[in-house]
Amino acid sequence: MKELQDLARTLLSDGTVQVVIGWEDGPTGARPVFVTSPEGADKLIFDTRCVHNLATFLSPRRSHVARLGKAAVVVKGCDARAVAMLLRESQIKREDIVLIGVRCGGVQKDPASKEPLTAATVADKCTGCDVREPHLADHVVGELPQAPPNDDARERFIEELSAMPASERWEFWQTAFARCVRCNACREVCPLCTCERCIVDKTQPRWIEPSAHPAAIMAWQITRAQHHAGRCSDCGECARVCPAGIPLDVLNREMARILQIRFDYTATDDPEAPAPLGAFRTDDGQEFIR
Amino acid sequence: MVAFVCNWCTYTGADLAGTSRLTMEPNVRIVRLPCTGRIDPLFILKALERGADGVIVSGCHPGDCHYTSGNYHARRRFAVFHDLLQFLGFEEDRLTFSWVSASEGMKWKDIVDDAVARVRALGPFRGYDREAVAGSELAGRAA
Repeated sequence: MKELQDLARTLLSDGTVQVVIGWEDGPTGARPVFVTSPEGADKLIFDTRCVHNLATFLSPRRSHVARLGKAAVVVKGCDARAVAMLLRESQIKREDIVLIGVRCGGVQKDPASKEPLTAATVADKCTGCDVREPHLADHVVGELPQAPPNDDARERFIEELSAMPASERWEFWQTAFARCVRCNACREVCPLCTCERCIVDKTQPRWIEPSAHPAAIMAWQITRAQHHAGRCSDCGECARVCPAGIPLDVLNREMARILQIRFDYTATDDPEAPAPLGAFRTDDGQEFIR
Repeated sequence: MVAFVCNWCTYTGADLAGTSRLTMEPNVRIVRLPCTGRIDPLFILKALERGADGVIVSGCHPGDCHYTSGNYHARRRFAVFHDLLQFLGFEEDRLTFSWVSASEGMKWKDIVDDAVARVRALGPFRGYDREAVAGSELAGRAA
């Protein structure tokens, strides 16, 4: 922790960056913090409650962040995948940001949690983590902690869902989506929702109705999943912020599985990797086409 | 039913079916687009939202695209879309993807007849009707 604070202090005082985006200890658990002066660097923390993917603040649609000046962002290895995607899509320039990587041994489901990290409390995304030592970062701080407990409830749930008859799956998702209030929190928090004007906000033509009608919710959820196919870094922020508790991370996980099976693609922190839906092979599978 | 077809192959194929005086199910309304690459999955969702009971998407065979690679890109997009809908439990028979070339009037007739028969067997699409879907024992599990 001191290593992180010292580094942030140095970067801010020698003028390398104007703002450090990290986590602080808030009244209701860890929360994102913007540190703009060397004195403020003491606030910075990193522990298992630092769930948030701070790469979202780099998205160019957040012009209020860009106005603060050059930013250093504290990223876990998994967050770096979102940064890599922003770089890959030319949304940010590598030289415009400083990445402070933190070695991570898994995070909690809930940033307010005071429990130790166990199979029950660890975030699903931490299962099988291969980026505890973050890549892509300019500075890497901290000791390498133990590997997180492996327990991906989502994998089990996806298997369970896939084994159901289609009509029951439809019923499950319709019931889950019925709670959607169309608040767009999933979009707002997403590091890869970079569109300046989202398709749900477009009115001429109105492709996706803004109401909470089942058809409109379906159009939104499918479009959201489809727009993130081959881009999603599986940070699970959408599901965490959803006030209706819709298991969006299950949908994202399934999309990742589809891309893995269909196109042998996995989310990566390599900014040079090709985008699966921006490319094709002449021998792609087409068993669903007559 | 709505069919989204590409201008260069399937539309011409459907035209051939017509000029050949082939008799087929009259339920399909064709929307002509420049290429299957122009077809956004949202078109399909919109059609279902506005009352279509089934959708056909058809274009040039791989390698035959007028724009060289439009159908290859579409194939990837619809592969993901198809698998996603399957995971969401959408009735697969309502959605038909096909390649129909300009000379395959007969194939177009078969695709249309088959798609209409499968949708007819399912009946009207009521998937967005809350009362038709309500009463789920899974409600508590959805969290």
